[in-house]
Amino acid sequence: MRSDIAGVAAPPRPVPWLASLGLSPGLRQSLARCGWAVLSVGLFAGIWELLWAIGWADPKLLPPPHVFLGDIPDQARYFNTATRWQIGVNPADGPSPYEAVAITIGATGMRVLVGLLIAATLSIGIGVLIRYFGLLEKLVLPTITLLSPVSPIAWLPVAIFIFGIGNAPAIFMVVVALFFHMVLSTISQIDNVSRAFINVARTMGATKRQIYTRVIVPAILPQLLIVLRLNLFGAWMVVLVAESTGVGFGLGQVIMMARNTFNPSLVFFTIALIGLLGFLSDWLLRLVQKRVLYWVPETAGVLRGL
Amino acid sequence: MASDSYADWSSQDAVVCRGVGKTWAAGTARAHEALRGIDLDVAPGEFVVLLGPSGCGKSTLLYLIAGLERQTAGRIWAFRDPVEGPSPDRSLIFQETSLFPWLTVWQNVSFGLSIRGAPEAERRAVAREALARVGLSEAMDKRPDELSGGMRQRVAVARALAMRPKVLLMDEPFAALDVQTRAKMQDFLLDVWRDSGASVLFVTHHIDEAVALADRVVVFTARPGRIKSIIPVTLPRPRDPFAPESEALRRLLTEELKGEVDRAFAEQEALAAG
Repeated sequence: MRSDIAGVAAPPRPVPWLASLGLSPGLRQSLARCGWAVLSVGLFAGIWELLWAIGWADPKLLPPPHVFLGDIPDQARYFNTATRWQIGVNPADGPSPYEAVAITIGATGMRVLVGLLIAATLSIGIGVLIRYFGLLEKLVLPTITLLSPVSPIAWLPVAIFIFGIGNAPAIFMVVVALFFHMVLSTISQIDNVSRAFINVARTMGATKRQIYTRVIVPAILPQLLIVLRLNLFGAWMVVLVAESTGVGFGLGQVIMMARNTFNPSLVFFTIALIGLLGFLSDWLLRLVQKRVLYWVPETAGVLRGL
Repeated sequence: MASDSYADWSSQDAVVCRGVGKTWAAGTARAHEALRGIDLDVAPGEFVVLLGPSGCGKSTLLYLIAGLERQTAGRIWAFRDPVEGPSPDRSLIFQETSLFPWLTVWQNVSFGLSIRGAPEAERRAVAREALARVGLSEAMDKRPDELSGGMRQRVAVARALAMRPKVLLMDEPFAALDVQTRAKMQDFLLDVWRDSGASVLFVTHHIDEAVALADRVVVFTARPGRIKSIIPVTLPRPRDPFAPESEALRRLLTEELKGEVDRAFAEQEALAAG
């Protein structure tokens, strides 16, 4: 039982007609949340449709949702870009349109996930090592600080020079986009670990190594997971850029193809897909966060009472 | 003048301080002297309260005795051994909650044992015993954020007791608690102290707390912290806070502190102004 109000997420206000269905409060809460999400997206789409209906939004340039979502099988055809660049391959060959969509999503999502995992492991590891070994800090930290403001886009040519075409350059881009910030963030989290925690461990006779592994790492994990979640959307952006410049195939490639063939419907369809994927991956990461960081109270909604 | 070697006396005291001083950031422009010339002996099993205005360095002395910081002058011994670093013999209990939120209560209590690599069965047994002594047996598998502030400090005391310390160092441990809880915690602490036989060094700026707890009250001056007076308290326990003797002691301590609080206040104002 948590007593402090600030530590508990304010639940969305109960919806009266839902309450009468006899559902559990938890289920009712998530249903209400879903309802609001649908309403929010519906409102946005509705305005768009309205603008189309009164003739302000040109369907050739800004096709409304019912147009670009209306014929999904037709849109799915375009996702079979996997083998297009190979000479002598019949475009009709290969996976079915829906399989192609799944493959494209899978490829992009895999790059984001692998990139995130590598970036998180590397940056937390190196951040901790930098604080642990003073010499390493002096040798490495200035370079990392210098490189961290460089836009990941600037690394794109490097990715292609080193890795050519395929998964590796896209993953490299994700890692590069997250790594430097996350190292700096790890170091600042370490510096913010409560002195009392460290002193408790010291009075109990913990060695420096034990203090790091048993106190500092668990103490900084919650903030780092939040940093990771904030950077998740960045990872999605970078992966699209990497894919769209011919680094590989994937959602970015589809968008680029849509641009080159002047197909706004396909652009918006892909955007919708990417939005949905980004939302789902954020939700997944939040689930992971709840599981791994069972001790951290949810703080969303602290300001809701204002 | 402070003597430099232990051979100059032959006490069995739990803690011996001779000419202890501490200057923070020594040798820099920000250097300031927190403690000067502290001579203090604490007998085994004695309850000593360090009383003084905020920022007078009494917490600093506790950290020096704990071995978490090094003094810049003088020497400190604990049971004949010079203090050169932290030791499980001297457990420090902090003002703020210092329980690890990612561990359960029993894992927190047995943290020191797990550092030494003790097997789980032993850790559980020790944690169970220590929690029983603070009356929290049923909280074994709870997490710290499920406990109230007073319960958390009791767990912190249990964690210290699990190390079987000879000296308990307490840095305003009940300062964050409300008045009623604090009174209960004082009674509880006296029970634990009597059971454990450890010496207690208890830092506070509350005169009432000193009256309720101490065998001896050490009154500190404002910065740099020096010992102004040491007042033995012979009132029998349990103490009635409204007994005339308690009132007299409270008046005496208030008088002792009054000038120091004024000085500390003036100094802080001067610091803020300049």
